[in-house]
Amino acid sequence: MIAKLKGNYGSGIEPLTYLGQNYMVVDRSLIPEILQVLRNEEQFDYCVDITAVHYPKREKQFDVLWILYSFPRNQRIRVKTQIADGETLPSSVPIWATTNWLEREVFDMFGIRFDGHPDMKRILLPDGWKGHPLRKDYGILQQDNEWVQINLGIESGQ
Amino acid sequence: MTDPTSLSPLDLETPDKTFLDANELVINMGPQHPATHGVLRVILRLDGEKVMGLECVIGYLHRGVEKIAENRTYTMFNPYVDRMDYVAAVSNGLGYCEAVEKLLNVEAPPRAQYVRVILTELNRMASHQLWLGTHALDIGAITPLFYTFRDREEILKIFEKYCGARLTTHAFRIGGLQYETYDGFEKDVKTFVAFVRPKIDEYEELLTTNRIWLERTKGVGKISGKDAIALGVTGPVLRASGVKWDIRKALPYANYKNFDFDIPTGENGDTYDRYLVRMAEFRQSLRIIEQAVDHIPEGSIMAKVPKVIKPPVGEIYHSIEAPKGELGYFIVSDGSTQPYRIRVRPPSFVNLQALEVMCRGQLVADVIAVIGTLDIVLGEVDR
Repeated sequence: MIAKLKGNYGSGIEPLTYLGQNYMVVDRSLIPEILQVLRNEEQFDYCVDITAVHYPKREKQFDVLWILYSFPRNQRIRVKTQIADGETLPSSVPIWATTNWLEREVFDMFGIRFDGHPDMKRILLPDGWKGHPLRKDYGILQQDNEWVQINLGIESGQ
Repeated sequence: MTDPTSLSPLDLETPDKTFLDANELVINMGPQHPATHGVLRVILRLDGEKVMGLECVIGYLHRGVEKIAENRTYTMFNPYVDRMDYVAAVSNGLGYCEAVEKLLNVEAPPRAQYVRVILTELNRMASHQLWLGTHALDIGAITPLFYTFRDREEILKIFEKYCGARLTTHAFRIGGLQYETYDGFEKDVKTFVAFVRPKIDEYEELLTTNRIWLERTKGVGKISGKDAIALGVTGPVLRASGVKWDIRKALPYANYKNFDFDIPTGENGDTYDRYLVRMAEFRQSLRIIEQAVDHIPEGSIMAKVPKVIKPPVGEIYHSIEAPKGELGYFIVSDGSTQPYRIRVRPPSFVNLQALEVMCRGQLVADVIAVIGTLDIVLGEVDR
């Protein structure tokens, strides 16, 4: 399967393996297409998770991952892409319905927007919160003091 | 009129119209509610008693566990993991310890694996017992709550004797176990198995053929197998919709390969089938425990793991079959003692998305039944 994908997309895909788990690093430009192909032709019908990792020192700061599983093949695969701060990604909601809340959480925690998402708003943090906590430049004790003052009526939660 | 669910209910009051003129009623099932199993807010759009749509607002229990993980070492993070799905804390610990062990490329010794399986299956039973009690209570059957909690006490006593805690057990360590099983552990487990078998029959006697139970749960909250896969739903909810899939069989971990057990499935994907699937899972868990407890091998309980855990640079995703569904840990290591990123894939979070699909066109009372049958724990949804 990897050979076929590599044949079609050439240098845009880099298949790798670590500790027995297969993953592909994919160019940002190929993203909606690769996910579609994986779902429709290669039968990866279950999107397990979408998550992101922040590397502030890198030029392309964010690593966005899709973890997919195929019921017919009983195989798991990870699709990784790298995007810069401020770049957006196309939403996978038309491909798998489960990505609705998963993408909202990535947006909430990292600030990565997904174009075409039906309801792009914060999910775990309150709606008016400023800042994206899982970024590395957001301190562990930091919080949105303005929101806390206005909404909770106290100086700070600490 | 703009979409009602994006406004708070008070904003709907315009000068020339009142609530009584509206065809749709927007009701807030607020975070403080006895039937939402935690702090879950559901905004319901109703036409009389029929649910036109609903929106879940979560995040009331968000504690930033993933952020905390970046500031703790691997061993220091272990107790935090129990607090996410606090009902089935042992499973959470199993998933985390196994994920880190995979990163380190060590395997827990056989004795540790057998004891881990026994404790995890006991925890699965305790979690399902709590589910049954609270789910039946929400629907109106008050008695099963007392029966299941009374029997759950026996499991919690075993946990307390083993590791000192009943609920948030921190039972496992990276590389194996810390505590040797106490004298009489096997005897206790065997007595428990003999004790609880007739109790499960008791629960079934109360509910399975009960006319009121059937009326309240048959045809409620249906979800087809295809929809369930598309929505990423896992666990008993998926199995009740006809998809025979269990991570313990599909991608085995922790020596589940050595045990013989079935995967119960349902056909219709409604609340009654989910009830039957979980009742059958009770018996399968007992089967596993029986097979395991007779064959605990001798040996060490801890693998050779360095004192300071520093996994090599890399990432890994490992998931287990928690009582609620697929619980996954995605750990990114940068070679230091603290993880670079830990992502917890919570089953309840993804299952809760399906609530909207399952409740369309149902009555308000069915929403309560469906929230109960999804078996969500807000600690896991919000982390």
